[in-house]
Amino acid sequence: MNQARAFHHRIDKALHDDQLRRNFRSALSGIQAKREIQFPDDTQLQALREQARAVRASALIHQPELLERLEANLTANGIQVHWAEDPEQANAIIYGILEAAKARSVVKGKSMVSEETGLNQYLEERDIEVIESDLGEFIIQLAHEPPSHIVAPAIHKNRREVAELFHRFYPDIPYTEDIDQLTQSARLILREKFAGADAGISGVNFAVAETGTLCLVENEGNGRLSTTAPRLHIAITGVEKVVEKLSDVPPLLEILTKSATGQPITTYFNMISKPRQPGELDGPEAVHLVLLDNGRSRIRIDAELLDTLRCIRCGTCINYCPVYVQLGGHAYGTVYPGPIGIALEPQRLGLDQVGTLTSACTMCGACAEVCPVKIPLPTLINRLRAEAVNLQRTSTPLAGRGSLRKPGEASIWKIWQRLYSSPGLYRLFSFAATRMRWLTPVSLGGWTRYRSAPRPAARTLHELARQEGFRHE
Amino acid sequence: MSTAKQIYYFATCLVDLLYPKAGLAGMQLLRREGVEVIFPHDQTCCGQPAFNSGYRDEALAVARAQLACFKREIPVVVPSGSCGGMIRQHWAELFAGQPDEAQALAVAGRTYELTEFLVDVLHIRLTDLGEPLKVAIHTSCSARREMGVADRIEALVGQLDKVEVLTQERKAECCGFGGTFAIKQADVSGAMVKDKTDALRATGAQRVISQDCGCLMNIGGAFEKQHARQGDGPTAQHVAEFLWERTA
Repeated sequence: MNQARAFHHRIDKALHDDQLRRNFRSALSGIQAKREIQFPDDTQLQALREQARAVRASALIHQPELLERLEANLTANGIQVHWAEDPEQANAIIYGILEAAKARSVVKGKSMVSEETGLNQYLEERDIEVIESDLGEFIIQLAHEPPSHIVAPAIHKNRREVAELFHRFYPDIPYTEDIDQLTQSARLILREKFAGADAGISGVNFAVAETGTLCLVENEGNGRLSTTAPRLHIAITGVEKVVEKLSDVPPLLEILTKSATGQPITTYFNMISKPRQPGELDGPEAVHLVLLDNGRSRIRIDAELLDTLRCIRCGTCINYCPVYVQLGGHAYGTVYPGPIGIALEPQRLGLDQVGTLTSACTMCGACAEVCPVKIPLPTLINRLRAEAVNLQRTSTPLAGRGSLRKPGEASIWKIWQRLYSSPGLYRLFSFAATRMRWLTPVSLGGWTRYRSAPRPAARTLHELARQEGFRHE
Repeated sequence: MSTAKQIYYFATCLVDLLYPKAGLAGMQLLRREGVEVIFPHDQTCCGQPAFNSGYRDEALAVARAQLACFKREIPVVVPSGSCGGMIRQHWAELFAGQPDEAQALAVAGRTYELTEFLVDVLHIRLTDLGEPLKVAIHTSCSARREMGVADRIEALVGQLDKVEVLTQERKAECCGFGGTFAIKQADVSGAMVKDKTDALRATGAQRVISQDCGCLMNIGGAFEKQHARQGDGPTAQHVAEFLWERTA
């Protein structure tokens, strides 16, 4: 199936799932309200956004040097650094580390980069047990589903669906739809896993070059347990997560938590800088960091597309997207859904693979308005639309340029251009359209499934203005 | 007192062909304030439809054809938030590196959305002559986020003392028009306009007012289709036509 048909098939499925749409509407309205409480003063919010933008933009400009410093300081701290070009390499590196440590079981903190690489499946195929320890991730792992949101992976499920899922997999636990009781059950199940796991795998929110520190933001304590209880900790993240200084972290952290979940601060904020030292009672004996490129260096070359990499993965653009709320994350069919997914995934995977995603945007700008690092998402999406239908050769490092150009559509735009750039021709056309308006079709495909057909007026404004004595030039 | 004696009026393609009465009402409002309104004969479209669809060369050719219409150093007034946004925000991208870039930027720099011009430049005062009416205001996303003029329509409608303004749930959410989005993602767009019209209906408003004909075509068209099935309900109207109707 081609990408456009597959996308429409997923959209169709989502739009016909009323429960799913109610779940999203209710969850996202709640998150929006919580976020807005955190930013009562717009002037302060704008100042903080500008500060966060500047920190991220500067880090991207200096990324090569910062990555060198990060590696040097992490190594000096006793954390081993690995570089991966692509998902396959990243998975192989992680598997290699686990093998060398004879690790057969892994507890995982939440990591979207590991979703990029398909790490869970890779390890499971090699007989390593992988348990997701973030509650949302734990739920969707039971359901065998990918995350539908980058911060709240199980956002598409309501409490009844979660209760049924728990009951199916853990029939010994009494059935309940009480959220606190469900959480307690998950906690008990996961405690055993933490105690027994050979290794922990986590993501990274910010990697600080100056000090060689890996920052991890979380709410459940599962991140701390995954990175401290097992004897081995492997962190995986994208190369763009590096920031220069420790003092860069507070503004990013503040705007991240307030934007993402409407919290002034998360329950846990971990700063990992060393494996266990002699005389210390806990912590992993070895810590590794896998830095994944996976197309990021290619994106970084283009001065406009570079802005995509400022993203701190807060999911706020997703929470405010009026298309996402109708569809949910699975309809996008990519690791990252919503506005950031539409901007990032075609760059990562190629316009020929997922460029159709760019059609799922009204250009309303709600995403860019709330983005904590001021990524101009509609501008990026518009640029990708242009690249997708552009046949001219440029130095743009985008895979699949021009691949979505359709001859029929292209010739309609050529006719449109001819009509609207020749005033005489346009007047002839509009005269004909108004005089023969009774010929306007009443059925216009998808448009008239939901609305009446627009009909030309009896006279154009060109004519009315002249009749009313307005000056023509 | 008005500071602008003369302005160009850029009707935009949707207004010219589908909503000329709204366009004319805007011109009449301006004329009543003592402004000489010039309607350049050769105007057609700002280029937005093709630009939004990725066809930049075609958009550029059409946008370029407008430059000759707006040569003099007088304001260009546009009765549409999204066309205003196209000119003021996106012409810069579209014309970047072109020989006529400076000319395009000059036009963009003196372009105003209609309600913005009425409030900020003309400081218009309105006297309501109409019957009591309940309305809801839908601000287009471009007026809100690209042009930053969402509050101007509120200010204008707020001057009408027999008009009660009701507020719909999720007011700032997009109505689902999005230009070719409504065709390419027809079912998503349909779901969005359903949510929007449900929210507008729930206010009990008799009329929905907007600054943007794209939104009006979407919301008004959906109302018409729904009325055919469910009987009466609100209608959608451009703010210029609404203001003129109540004050003339």
